[in-house]
Amino acid sequence: MTEEIIIAGFGGQGVLSMGKILCYSGVMEGQEVSWMPSYGPEMRGGTANVTVILSDKMISSPIINTYDTAIILNQQSMDKFESAIKPGGLLIYDGNSIIRHPERDDINIYRVDATEEATKMETTKTFNMIMLGGYLKVKKLFKLESVIKGLKKSLPERYHHLIPVNVKAIHRGMEIIKEVATIS
Amino acid sequence: MEEYVLMKGNEAIAEAAIRAGTDGYFGYPITPQSEVLEYLTAARLHERTGMVVLQAESEVAAINMLYGGAGAGKKVLTTSSGPGISLMQEGISYMAGSELPCLIVNVVRGGPGLGTIQPAQSDYFQSTKGGGHGDYRLITLAPASVQEMADFVSLGFDLAFKYRNPVMILTDGALGQMMEKVKFKPQQPRSKKSPHWATTGKTPDRERIFITSLNLDPACQERFNIKLKAKYKEISEKEVRYEKIECDDADYLFVAYGTSSRICQKSIQLARNEGIKVGLFRPITLWPFPYKEIMEMTGQVKGMLSVEMSAGQMVEDVKLAVEAKVKVDHYGRMGGIVHSPEEIVKALKQKIIGG
Repeated sequence: MTEEIIIAGFGGQGVLSMGKILCYSGVMEGQEVSWMPSYGPEMRGGTANVTVILSDKMISSPIINTYDTAIILNQQSMDKFESAIKPGGLLIYDGNSIIRHPERDDINIYRVDATEEATKMETTKTFNMIMLGGYLKVKKLFKLESVIKGLKKSLPERYHHLIPVNVKAIHRGMEIIKEVATIS
Repeated sequence: MEEYVLMKGNEAIAEAAIRAGTDGYFGYPITPQSEVLEYLTAARLHERTGMVVLQAESEVAAINMLYGGAGAGKKVLTTSSGPGISLMQEGISYMAGSELPCLIVNVVRGGPGLGTIQPAQSDYFQSTKGGGHGDYRLITLAPASVQEMADFVSLGFDLAFKYRNPVMILTDGALGQMMEKVKFKPQQPRSKKSPHWATTGKTPDRERIFITSLNLDPACQERFNIKLKAKYKEISEKEVRYEKIECDDADYLFVAYGTSSRICQKSIQLARNEGIKVGLFRPITLWPFPYKEIMEMTGQVKGMLSVEMSAGQMVEDVKLAVEAKVKVDHYGRMGGIVHSPEEIVKALKQKIIGG
């Protein structure tokens, strides 16, 4: 198993931390992982993306151009990465952050209205965990307990009281993910 | 910490430095390596090893603080990126000329000049062919994973003290910024003993110790140069490190280090899916360079492509190694652009197989 993922959106949406939690979940299950961020002078509000690779084998290149899965959190990222998904791959996007909907007919497409759902949670910062929940519903990569362990490892201890609300957000994402178009 | 943790390459260097029993870190922030200083300042070192961490006023000051610390026999470290490493060259030459050990990490970004903050491998010449003035050599280690970023810190210090010479870890922004899982060695205590050559204060029972790179008598200077030359010869004979990947049946060879060597491993999969048998030769020490081991591959392969994120630097050493027995060419993106696995396969076909 090798899963090559791009997560892309604005800085501040939790793009990098979503990737880190995915990686730590993989580490908890003994997988090889790599997390390669786009880094630059931009901070909150600029574009941010991270390439995450999870594999049973040693990971060769941490830098890749095509992906099994794209998790898309804004329109610029949709424009940039929709075409980079491998045929048969997976596209998950936040329905509230997109103006132009995806057009590919050779991939599986799902939407999670995470921005809207996050406003109903205790904190809107759960946005990325709602997206992650949606993704984990479609790709059953890990046991939920590995993800919770991954969360604990990723978050500094002073934020550990927020783990229950994050777990709740993951469950919410699993519930609200909607199929847009599938090929099989 | 026996379990794996997820860390950036830069952070792994910092944690490995603490665990290696480093006495002092002196540096100045520069992207893409600032996490080293950030990590060390947040690590509550007064509760761990008492390692000194100091943000110097400039890279010139930092390297001279290394000179002072090393002169007292301490394990000292600095990290920077291209522009900062350029400022340090005088100090590196002085340390080589004074036979002082230290570890310098260059997390390379695109140049020349201030260039870009994105990854590059364009400081190969600077590290392996001098950089500073005079007849000296810098032992240069090229990690290709976050695990090696950590492991090469203690290896680097071992080599630096064994040969009393500066050691450079030459890495790049991609390896510095990416996270992988890494396992650390147990904490080593900081050394309480000083090497015999350290200037720790004269006692009545011994001669004074001088540490200097100044020698106004040419005859003395030449004797010193001969001694250095012999030391560098010994290092060249004993310390060459490399890795061969999928070379057993290879008709062609990528020669690549660091980030490029990782990308080439993906290119190998792509090329082999098309029936092209290509392998990877990865120099781990860039100086001493594995000339002999690359030469040995000429009996087997028809051509070699040196893949570097530069205009072509290591390719000159590959050409020296093979003595024109097989075709050698270079491929690489520059200016902070990282080549894709597909681009490398295309270059192999165009420049080596078809050329």
